Amino acid sequence: MNAPRTVAPLPADAPADCNGAIIRFVDVYKRFGPLPVLQGVNLDIPADQTTVVIGPSGVGKSVLLKHIVGLLRPDAGEIFFHGRRIDHLGERALEAIRKRIGFLFQLGALFDSMTVFDNVAFPLREQSDKSEEEIRRVVRESLAVIGLSGTELKMPADLSGGQRKRIALARAIAMHPEVVLYDEPTTGLDPIRADIINELILKLKRDLKVTGIVVTHDMTSALKVADQIVMLLDGKIVFRGTAQQLRCCPEERVQRFIQGRASPEELRALHQN
Amino acid sequence: MAEEWSARIERSSPVTALAALGAWAVGVIQAVGDFGSFSFNALYKIFRGPGTRALREMIAQMYEMGTRSIPVVLITGGFIGAVLAIETYPQFQQIGVADRLGAVIVVSVVKQIGPILTAIMLSGRVGGAITAELGTMRVTEQIDAMRAMAADPIRTLVVPRVLACVLMTPVLTMYSDALGILGGWAIAVGVDGVRNYPFWHYAAVGTDMYTINVGLIKSFFFGIVIGCIACYKGFRCGSGAHGVGRACTESFVTSFGLILLVNFVLAVALNNIFVLLWPNQPGLL
Repeated sequence: MNAPRTVAPLPADAPADCNGAIIRFVDVYKRFGPLPVLQGVNLDIPADQTTVVIGPSGVGKSVLLKHIVGLLRPDAGEIFFHGRRIDHLGERALEAIRKRIGFLFQLGALFDSMTVFDNVAFPLREQSDKSEEEIRRVVRESLAVIGLSGTELKMPADLSGGQRKRIALARAIAMHPEVVLYDEPTTGLDPIRADIINELILKLKRDLKVTGIVVTHDMTSALKVADQIVMLLDGKIVFRGTAQQLRCCPEERVQRFIQGRASPEELRALHQN
Repeated sequence: MAEEWSARIERSSPVTALAALGAWAVGVIQAVGDFGSFSFNALYKIFRGPGTRALREMIAQMYEMGTRSIPVVLITGGFIGAVLAIETYPQFQQIGVADRLGAVIVVSVVKQIGPILTAIMLSGRVGGAITAELGTMRVTEQIDAMRAMAADPIRTLVVPRVLACVLMTPVLTMYSDALGILGGWAIAVGVDGVRNYPFWHYAAVGTDMYTINVGLIKSFFFGIVIGCIACYKGFRCGSGAHGVGRACTESFVTSFGLILLVNFVLAVALNNIFVLLWPNQPGLL
């Protein structure tokens, strides 16, 4: 069993795909006003694998995901996609990158004025020249993959939380992207629904060879779907390795997180209050 | 906002107060620049061709904003015309020109009251709805989702709404004008006893095409103001229900202020144009 490790910083001008990484973060910094969020993140995302990013709430996991599709820009550092630097690209140039990446948002982000069919068809209508007939076929297939055939005419408000997440996943995979970003895919779901989402993530990797990046603090989900787990703490990657290596990591903060234990200081403060 | 800043300035030393004032001024300039860039982007995309999907969405928005606003615009226009007749009749009767009431009612309604009132009604009813819808889309990450799917939210969301506002505001202004004139006629002729023929005769004599066009040109620009402000406030709204509520209020207040400002600027500009075109005629203001 290998010892747990932290990520070594990468040289800023290194070719990003030299180790088979599809996405590479090099020394990325981001702050919101006075609040530092990312403080020198270096991370490689290997192709055709699922990387799970864990860490406490508010640590910047979703911020990390949004940098990949250019919804946020780093204050410093570089981000590469297939070896091409993307953090400084304009909206127009980013469209080509975005077409290759699916994004499952934390709350689904389904368009509530559209039916399920129109939601799933949206990226196809925006990004492809497919005929309406082809779009209908792809939507049907995508809904079948997530096990929600027959919901085409429903509105998002008529669906349960789990169904909304699955429809959002169908929308994210409709264009057969190379990479799917999952932002808290199981948050707010009961264990059975959460497991269905986990199985879907595994199925997408297995059947469609999708590279996945899952942001979560649900350890059951993380351990089930991860090929690689990274832990983000205080704006830095403090652990990178397999699920097995995570369990053996001697770092106390990592162990407390995966076991769901508060620190003695936090408990003391709670009792004093 | 103003009270908050003045309280802040009073509480602090002169240097800190100056710094706070400077920070406020920088914030205002940044916001104006951001709004200018946002509106330019939207108008540029309208002129470049909005695309079939945006046009289809525009039709839906035109129904929502235009057709469904007709009752409220008609009621408001009708009552304002009636009140105008009630307030002006005694003055005109005293100087013996009550027959000319039609001219003053029609010119006032067509040139000023109709366009302004319709625009203010729409900035509340339509602008508020647009801001609330787009603000909710922003806080629930729907706008981010659109960008992440390589769709342009300005083209998809802003262009159809601004276009619908620009096209429907003049149409609704015509409805408001028509009911305003009828309301004024009903009171002047039906209640005050002004004779029917002189009412319409002086209304026709006092109103030329330029007067009608002034009102419609104004309403066209008011439509741009309502659409751009409502979309901008929705796109920049803060998080949560509080953020959406605040954005809606700011949307209405800003639109209201800008409508009055644009009305003043256009009144001066259009009057000068009139004087240039017809130097021997009396001015329009």
